This record gives sequence, C-alpha cells and structure tokens, in this order.
Amino acid sequence: MTLFRDSWTVFSRAMRLSLREPIWVVFGLLQPILYLTLFGPLLKAIAATTPGFGGEAWKVFVPGLLVQLGMFGASFVGFGLISEWRSGVIERMRVTPASRAALLIGRVARDVLVLFVQGSILVAVALAMGLRAPWWALGVGIVTVALLGACFSSLSYAAALKLKSEDAFAPLLNGIILPLALLSGIFLPMTLAPRWLQHVSDANPLKHIIDGVRAMFRGELGSSTSLWGIGLTLLLVVVGLAAGTRVFQRESA
Amino acid sequence: MTAILEARGLTKTYKIRARGKGAPNTVEAVKGVDITVTAGEIVGFLGPNGAGKTTTLRMITTLLDPTGGTAMVAGHDLRTDAVGVRRSIGYVAQMGTTDPNALVGEELIDHARLYGIDPKVAAERGRRLLADLDLDGMWTRKCGSLSGGQRRRLDIAMGLVHEPRLVFLDEPSTGLDPQSRANLWHHIARLRDEYGTTVFITTHYMDEADALCDRILIIDHGEIVAEGTPEELKRRIGGDQVILTVAPADAERTAAAAATLVADSRPESDGGEVRLISADGGKALPSLLAGLAKAGIDVQGVSVRRPTLDDVFLTLTGRSLRDGD
Repeated sequence: MTLFRDSWTVFSRAMRLSLREPIWVVFGLLQPILYLTLFGPLLKAIAATTPGFGGEAWKVFVPGLLVQLGMFGASFVGFGLISEWRSGVIERMRVTPASRAALLIGRVARDVLVLFVQGSILVAVALAMGLRAPWWALGVGIVTVALLGACFSSLSYAAALKLKSEDAFAPLLNGIILPLALLSGIFLPMTLAPRWLQHVSDANPLKHIIDGVRAMFRGELGSSTSLWGIGLTLLLVVVGLAAGTRVFQRESA
Repeated sequence: MTAILEARGLTKTYKIRARGKGAPNTVEAVKGVDITVTAGEIVGFLGPNGAGKTTTLRMITTLLDPTGGTAMVAGHDLRTDAVGVRRSIGYVAQMGTTDPNALVGEELIDHARLYGIDPKVAAERGRRLLADLDLDGMWTRKCGSLSGGQRRRLDIAMGLVHEPRLVFLDEPSTGLDPQSRANLWHHIARLRDEYGTTVFITTHYMDEADALCDRILIIDHGEIVAEGTPEELKRRIGGDQVILTVAPADAERTAAAAATLVADSRPESDGGEVRLISADGGKALPSLLAGLAKAGIDVQGVSVRRPTLDDVFLTLTGRSLRDGD
C-alpha cells in the first residue's frame, strides 16, 4: 500500500513541522476559548429571555463553536501550502513516485489531528464552564470538527495550489468563509432570523450540520436533524477530498 | 554510447485569453524540441528567460504534460510510465527543495522515504552526500539557517538521495556569489566523475555552460537553435578577435595593412583601436606584428580575445543573453 505509506511519510513530516512551531496551533485554539469566555456569558443572558432560542446557551453555542473551529481552523492551512510551494517543497515531492493523493492526504491528516485535539480541549473547557450534554454527543461533536476539517483543509489546499499567491488567496477565503459562517447560525440559532434569511441559510450545508450537532447535544441521536447533519458532513468530506486530489494530480498545479 | 534521454518533437501549447478579434488564443512555448543525452554526459541547456527552458524541463520531468511529442527518459516512456520516469531521475528546481523550518537530516530522510527507501539506508546515504558536498555537521541544522551556497548544495543532495542515473538541475547557480558558484561547479563536475550521474543543466550563464558542460543546446523562442561542444559553437562565429591599439592617426593605415596581412580579417577601426577576426589569433599575431612593423606602424598594445558563448548566442539569435533578464 504505497498510498498509505506515502501518506504516512507526508503526515509525519507535516506533524513534526507543526510541533516545531506550536504557536499557530495555540493561536487556533485560543480563538474558540476566547469566544467561550468573552462571548458565552453574554449569550447566556440572551438565551434566558429569548423565546425560540432552542435551549440552554451552552448547548446552542458550543456546537456552533465546534463547527466554526472545523471550518476556520482548516480554511487557513492553504497559506502554509503556498509558502511550501514557494520554497519548492511541493514541486520536489511531485517528482517523486509518491502517490499524488498521498501528498494531500498526509497534510489533511495532520490538520484533522490538530483539530481533533483542539475540539477536545474546547469541549473540556465548555464542560468546566457549565455545559451539560450526553457524552456520546460530545464525542460526535468532536468528530464532526475533525471531519469538517478534512473537507475544508483539502479545499483550502486545492485553492492555494491553484492560486499560488497569498494576495489572491486571502480575499477568496474572506469572500467564502464569512457568508458561510453568518448563514450557518454559529453564534445564534437561525430560528431567530426573519423568514427570508432562514430560507437563504437553508441552502448552506453547515447550517444543517450545526443543527444536527445541537440536536445531539439535546440528546436526540436518531432524529432526522441529527442524521441530516451526519450525512452532510460525510458528503462534504468526500467532495472536499475528491476536489483536492484532482488539483494535486493536475499537470499545471 | 547509450542515450539516457531521447526527446522527439516535444511541444507545449498554452491556451491564453485572446484580446481583440483575430488575436491568437494559444501560445507555443515549446515548438518541437529534440533532445538526445548520452549516459555520462553533462549537458547544458541554454537560453534567455522565457525561451522555453523550464517548460521543456518540466515536461521531461513529468511535471507538465506535453502537448505533443515523445520522450524516453532513463528507459521509461514519458507518456505511459510517468512513475517509472520519476523513480529514475532527480530534479532540482530553481526555487529550491527544502522547508526553511525543517532539519536538514529529516528532509533528506523523508524525501528518500517517498521513493520507498528504508530510513536507515537514507540516513547513511544522506550523511555521505552531505560529506561529499562539504556540508558535514549540517545534519541537525534548520535548512533555513544555511547560506545560499550551502542550501543549493543541500538541494543537490536532495536530488541525489535516491541515486538517480540522470539528474536535472534548473538554474543551479542563480543568486549565488562568484565563489559559491565556482564551488558548486566543482561539485557538479564530481557528480559525473565519481557517481557516473548524467547531468542536465539549464542556465542562462554562458560562463557556467562553458566551464561545466561537455555539450550545449541553445534554445530560443521555443526552438533549439544550435547544438555542439562549447568549442564547436565558438568556432562557428569565425574565430578570435585581435585588438590592436595604435595612435588614432595611424588607425586607418593599420586597418588597411591588416586586411592584407590576415586573410578574411575584416578589420574595423574605432579611434585608436583596430579590431580584426582571425581563425587562430595566437598564430596570426607574430606575422601580423612583423608586417605592421615593416609598414612603419607603431603598435602600442595588442590583445587576443577568445570568443565566448555570449558571442555565439549573439551571433545565433541577434540578441545578448542578458537582454532577456
């Protein structure tokens, strides 16, 4: 299985480099914890007085933060790839007999592992601050972060490898990530939105994924909302990896 | 004499966005290039920026699909066995090969692992390569902490760690100071002499090609315009230049005398300088000076300038190599 062996080589190299500069991992982690501590208390007050909020503040907010972590945390990995490309590492690996997919999968696996650890810490901090949810829902929440991370990091690598320029990549990220985040109900449930905004957000798979995690945090494992969330997450992973692999295989990339 | 690289009619056409009516919507970067490299040679691939050097190289090294043409690289067909080609060649790109934050030894081992080489074997080979390339003691250094010349030699070590029979170096000495360049040349020459590696170098430095290469291909506007040993190519432009310095008043008379003393010398005078061409300047000089003395011309200075590859390029293409920069 050279695909597995090559992916492992690329993964272990990427992991080693990440651990050598853990500052970025720490920054990535700091963001959701800042949300929890500085924004969470605000939300608690609103949740108590707003009908239609959908339950306890933490049960609504933490799933949103988890999905946000998977999305934001992974979307910026493309910047790292551009600098790798600039130093010639990508070209150098592309002239080896290694499987093209492995060059992507190894890097994505590193990002997934980092997100898994970050998601676990986020949940632990939320538990300490008063989150109460079934243990399996917490597990699914963390796995969702990791899976969304796989999708977004491979899309991020694909876009970065196509553009090969930070100046083009940054506005593209902003243009996609911000509306995607606003239309997913990360901070407030979309049930609070006017009808038209709800309809627009229905087109966003992330909204359904967040709703699914929220449903599970309420204890509804078998509900259609939960199953939709799981199904869409898996679909996004397949789409993301397929698109990423295609770009890594292309001649001009 | 077996060919290790045989490319026939390689072309690369890019689609571009056409501007205006009737504007062509494709551009031919490489127009049918034939390349033959014999095992054990050091071949220079020379041309100004934008001539198609890197595009050709990227096609041969499987990074870019050719639009047309075929190539056998180290016994593997480029079109049907790209993995086989990749396994048997080394490629050192112009932009480098290593992550500045990675350690030298780790990069060498990880790179070798992508060729399926056991990490222990890779470590052994890597250390030997570093020693051979004067990079002892760099194993645990960060790649980014190496000097320009050291980093370039590390790139070469990266390209050799899987012991390829054929290695491609794209502009290996660009950006290096003269001392590091000379040092790098020494190491490249050793590759062939001690490892038997066939080396294919692209460069736009004439002195580099001159100092290093057994044979040179000159590419311009996507086509090979000349091919031969450095000596053969220089001979093509007719020979050495002899420059005589005389009193400005004597210049015309000197030119006229030189024209009769050296056949086909096409003398030109410019102030106090008279320039003429001679197939072998060193041999022509004694009789030329004796003849001028007999004519009563006082020659104040004389120099013989051997033609450089720059001159060759200028003659072949009508432009200097540096114009492209």
